[in-house]
Amino acid sequence: MRLEGWLDRWTEIAQSLWRHRIRTALTTMSVAWGTFVLVVLLGAGRGLQNSVAWQFRDDATNSIWLYSGETSRPFEGRPINRPIQFDNDDFAHLLRTDGIDRATGRFYLRGPTIAYKQRSASFSVRSVHPDHQYLENTEVTAGRFIDVLDLEHKRKVAVIGGEVAEFLFRGIDPLGEWINVARVPFRVVGVFKDTGGSSEMRQIYLPVTTAQATFGGGNRSRVLDQMMFTVGDAGVEQANAVASEVVAMLAARHHFDPEDRKAVRVRNNVEAFQDIQRIFRLLDAFVWLVGVGTVTAGIVGVSNIMLVSVRERTSEIGLRKALGATPGQIVGGILQEAVFLTASSGYLGLVAGVALLEALRLWLPENDYLREPQVTLGPAVAATVLLVVFGGLAGFVPAWRAARVHPVEALRNG
Amino acid sequence: MIRIRQLNKSYQVGGRPLHVLSDLHLDVEEGEFVAIMGSSGSGKSTLLNVLGILDAYDSGTYHLGETLVKDLNEADAARYRNRYVGFVFQSFHLLPFKSATENVALPLYYAGVGRRQRTERANELLERVGLADRGHHLPSQLSGGQKQRVAIARALVTRPRVVLADEPTGALDSTTSDEIMELLLDVNHSDGATILIVTHEGEVARRTDRTVLLHDGRIVS
Repeated sequence: MRLEGWLDRWTEIAQSLWRHRIRTALTTMSVAWGTFVLVVLLGAGRGLQNSVAWQFRDDATNSIWLYSGETSRPFEGRPINRPIQFDNDDFAHLLRTDGIDRATGRFYLRGPTIAYKQRSASFSVRSVHPDHQYLENTEVTAGRFIDVLDLEHKRKVAVIGGEVAEFLFRGIDPLGEWINVARVPFRVVGVFKDTGGSSEMRQIYLPVTTAQATFGGGNRSRVLDQMMFTVGDAGVEQANAVASEVVAMLAARHHFDPEDRKAVRVRNNVEAFQDIQRIFRLLDAFVWLVGVGTVTAGIVGVSNIMLVSVRERTSEIGLRKALGATPGQIVGGILQEAVFLTASSGYLGLVAGVALLEALRLWLPENDYLREPQVTLGPAVAATVLLVVFGGLAGFVPAWRAARVHPVEALRNG
Repeated sequence: MIRIRQLNKSYQVGGRPLHVLSDLHLDVEEGEFVAIMGSSGSGKSTLLNVLGILDAYDSGTYHLGETLVKDLNEADAARYRNRYVGFVFQSFHLLPFKSATENVALPLYYAGVGRRQRTERANELLERVGLADRGHHLPSQLSGGQKQRVAIARALVTRPRVVLADEPTGALDSTTSDEIMELLLDVNHSDGATILIVTHEGEVARRTDRTVLLHDGRIVS
């Protein structure tokens, strides 16, 4: 009996919608379009976020990078254009700074020839500390990364990128093999992959101390070209404070103005990442505003159409009341019709939007602006709940009007 | 069956009360067939609406059976109407998008009766009013007399204790009008239903048990 009552009610709703099929179709389109726009905007926003996250994928988002440069301000009687060169003592001081949890220096060998037996090519070589693995999100696929003992004993070991391994070894296991780096033999102890793409996969890592001793010669034996560190889960303000403290330390050691931005250039990923996240939050809010606005316009349309429908059906509603329909039955019917119309139209838009995003995800060529555009479960559920709630709201005023229909007047005017 | 005492009903017109029913006394016994007559604006239709619990009254008492109608809230009034009162209107008031059977079955839908039982009962009633073969027809495919028969079938479908008919023959030719009256008389005699019929036609009133004459909202005979 309960199922039958349920079926009866849906039959009534289906009859009502079918009688006004053009109006139903137009309403369906307006709500579906609103939801479609909301879903596509949300998906596109997500795609944009994914592409930015992709840009950051290669580096720890809580990292700060320091590049040495030249002074641009005279300081304590020293001239401008004076080159600043980091060294191992700077790095030791850096490690003593509060708030730093991981740190590495980099000593570059630019484009040395790398050879294994008869095969040779030019690859980029970075000489680093062990923590470099965490700062660059390097994933070791075989063997190990550079460790503290390598640095301590200045071991001639190398960790090579996947593409380097592929080119030099062609299927042979590289672990334990010896390669020549600028004619100096290094034993391969690890192979890695890196989400940073081809250029990162063509890198070779050496222990920084070994490289300084082997390739630094005279005045470069203690030099570091670059220093990087992470600041744990510090916020932007804390990260900036740590960076300022480090710059101040370097300024004191190298005698330059701490405000001289060109002496030491700072790339603060914490700040950059948070800036971008803030922009995305704004973008999200904007997308919701536009999307909800569009859906609301559709829902106001539903409400108006239901109002017109109730007005047109005044005589019918009056008759139904005369025949024994309670106000609850009248209100329930109208609300159910509005919720059904809104929710089903909304779902149509939702499905169309998801289908478009899925098509884009599958067929859109890889690019820097839209990566994996999609709507996650959260917004989809939120949109569904909103549609049902808004559908109820859309039907509320018409249902209230219908409940107030006086059967005598309705029948007299009908 | 119906007991009305000192019943008053007025409308506000231009900020002033217009008394439509004044100090009304009326008793109708179970199974009676009563005609209500009166000139236009005498309060006949208003009385019928009050009797059918479609309209409220200002003061006095109205008992339908043992129930004091004033005590009913809107939802209870709807249920009471559904169970105890059947309506027949001058302009039929059939839903144009529903078949004859569906129109007849509509009060049973609101009574919560299952679909199969509704249809069976509606078809019984259509057979009773001579429209057994018209169940699937839409109102637009029926003549005026047939529509009124469908409306009478609908009024009877819940086996009401009272049938209220507001000029049921007013829109019909004399032959059809006779047929409708025959049908109502049959319902009255066979089912024992109490029937109150508002009419302008003396011929119609003559066929009822008695006539109540209204003038300016008062019963004059």
